[in-house]
Amino acid sequence: MEVIEMEKFGFTISTGRQIDYESNDRRIAEYILEKEPSFRLCIECGGCSSTCTTANFTLFSLRELNILIKRGEIEKVRENIKKCMLCGKCTLVCPRGVNTRNVVVLTRQALQKADYYAI
Amino acid sequence: MNGNVVVIGGGTAGMEASGQLARAGYLVTLLEKAEEFGGHLNNWYHLFPDRRSGEEVMKYLDNQIDNKNITFHKGIRIDNLEKNKDKFIIKINGGKEIIADAIVVATGFDLFKSERKEEYGYGIYDNVITSVDLERKFRNGDLKLNNGESPKRIGIVHCVGSRDEKVGNLYCSKLCCVTAVKQAIEIREYIKDSKVFCFYMDMRMGGALYEELYMEAQEKYGVNFIRGKVSEVGESIDCELIVKVEDTLAGRPLKMELDMLVLMAGMEISQGSRDVEKALGLKTGDNRFFQSMDNHFGSNISNVDGLFYAGTCTAPMNITETISHARSAVSEVINYLKNGSD
Repeated sequence: MEVIEMEKFGFTISTGRQIDYESNDRRIAEYILEKEPSFRLCIECGGCSSTCTTANFTLFSLRELNILIKRGEIEKVRENIKKCMLCGKCTLVCPRGVNTRNVVVLTRQALQKADYYAI
Repeated sequence: MNGNVVVIGGGTAGMEASGQLARAGYLVTLLEKAEEFGGHLNNWYHLFPDRRSGEEVMKYLDNQIDNKNITFHKGIRIDNLEKNKDKFIIKINGGKEIIADAIVVATGFDLFKSERKEEYGYGIYDNVITSVDLERKFRNGDLKLNNGESPKRIGIVHCVGSRDEKVGNLYCSKLCCVTAVKQAIEIREYIKDSKVFCFYMDMRMGGALYEELYMEAQEKYGVNFIRGKVSEVGESIDCELIVKVEDTLAGRPLKMELDMLVLMAGMEISQGSRDVEKALGLKTGDNRFFQSMDNHFGSNISNVDGLFYAGTCTAPMNITETISHARSAVSEVINYLKNGSD
């Protein structure tokens, strides 16, 4: 019997926007925190995003990604982290001394490792 | 030296003011409604920002009032308070009359009653407590859940009863942010494998060494800060607290399970202050605290000649500020007794 795909008729399932802290996976945050402890000091001021060349031309916010990493909302991070050109301007402006550039590098590493179940 | 001064309120401000006046040679009567001096300081285990013990400050204050010029009245109630020409007449405990040339009002604050924010479940769920309850637990060494277990995940809610139109308090109580950070650090030290989450609207770390303490909480103790006002707290069938908040920096609603929730209750003008206000027609501001005659250089001066304010009956203050404010009240009293009102 042919399976009827409801989406063809315009029906979808709403996934919900709520962050469910319990079911999220924060291994990537833990990986970064272990290797770059300054990541803890981020106060989400947005200094990094405002100086960021990528953020000025595309929908990319390192500030937002920082939060999503900490909450374990990884899909958006995975989609966006590639956009960074590693120029390091964000690191120069950070008022809390977070090595933001290294956070990006470690996030990419962690995502790769997570894909191979290495963390 | 001429002049009898009555100090109403035997907390930090009242004790300091009494001690300083007595040392300057004035005769002081210190009135306190409770059975012991010290006021809210008696509830405090450790103080921010250096985590000195509350008892140590109590010792200093006890020492301050150890002076033969001071007459003590504990456990009293004021029946009548009036001004007749230049003299204040105070009747206490159904009869005894005290005449004063000047009064220092050091009637302090009351803690916001957290039951009023019903959505946080204080008084409904066992494991929702206030900052003062937590200090008591630290002091008694029993930071446990109701079932006797150690809490592993603890949330701290900032601004409970402060900056909240719904409870009629638009002002910031100013000390709760740093108290939250201090308590978060202490929880992390007390229970090594615990996780602490602070839910804040703004982090107001304006005092000396506060910002450094905030940084230490993040760096050394891994305290998590989530920007958002908790909107509701519920309980699951196995007694876990379920907290709903918007993580405003992620721009998404967030749901989290916690073992214990600590509410940072704010400060309100005390009932004792309101009684004095009514008796003598003292001016209060929109925030209901006493309104002094000038914000910059008359913060101890009231609208009644010879009556001066000391401490948190005028605004939320920490211990350092309260002691300084009490000392400046003393300087105003001495000036008044020597020169009259200018």
